[in-house]
Amino acid sequence: MRWFWIDRFVEFNRGETARAIKNVTLAEDHLHDHFPGYPVMPCSLIIEGMAQTGGILLAEKLNFESLVVMAKIPKAVFHSWACPGDTLVYDAKILDAREDGGIVECTARIGERPVAEAEYVFACLPNSQSKTACQENFLKTMQLLGAGDVGPAAAGPN
Amino acid sequence: MPTADEIYTKVRDTLVDALGVDDDEVTPEATLVGDLGAESIDFLDIVFRLEKNFSIKIPRGELFPESLAADQTLVKDGVVTPQGIAELRTRMSHADIDKFAKNPKVENIQELFTVQMIVNFVQKKLAGGAA
Repeated sequence: MRWFWIDRFVEFNRGETARAIKNVTLAEDHLHDHFPGYPVMPCSLIIEGMAQTGGILLAEKLNFESLVVMAKIPKAVFHSWACPGDTLVYDAKILDAREDGGIVECTARIGERPVAEAEYVFACLPNSQSKTACQENFLKTMQLLGAGDVGPAAAGPN
Repeated sequence: MPTADEIYTKVRDTLVDALGVDDDEVTPEATLVGDLGAESIDFLDIVFRLEKNFSIKIPRGELFPESLAADQTLVKDGVVTPQGIAELRTRMSHADIDKFAKNPKVENIQELFTVQMIVNFVQKKLAGGAA
């Protein structure tokens, strides 16, 4: 399993807000265990998708100069669910950002139906080569896959 | 300038939000780690929320000083030295250093971090300048 829980950014307002989407498909193995015969996107992975949207938004604001780590989720509320065929829309907004961390507010929805809302505390750790390798690889791979090309796939990158 | 009661109420609400504790658990004497279950990452969250709720800026390390125990002139054999106590008085004028000085074991440093310490810090901050 690849740890990419967003498919594409569709909006990116530097240092302020970002919107990403995640298409839920029946080809994802985990949906066959969660739950057998009744596939539902696990809440923990929706949490991760929102965190990836917000974490990249914050890291970009800080010019990717430090290791941005999700440290704490002070609040998470789930309103409904996501099934294969649904497109989750994640919206992230930076509430506060400073050199040692930041607070990001995120929501998830399908169309107009709210799915989840959460608040994240990210800690910014000093860069060190060994520790940042994974994050750099993650971002570069996302870039190669086109997830960072903001815009709808059909229209191509904006 | 808010009153002492108003500051206390806001600090209490901040800790309720940051630590997920009940408001009756938050008393002036309560320690953040021992009584309210705060972990290291919660300190960052608390600082963020205090800044927002009181419209103040808290530079890194001002409310919760960092890496004190790593300095061997300040801590020796697990005990904070007289020089370390003096350093604490300078860096944490908002904390009850007198009480700590009676048993200055390094593991007791976290007992300085009480609800009242935060209230003192905010009061000084709002009164102007560094706490």
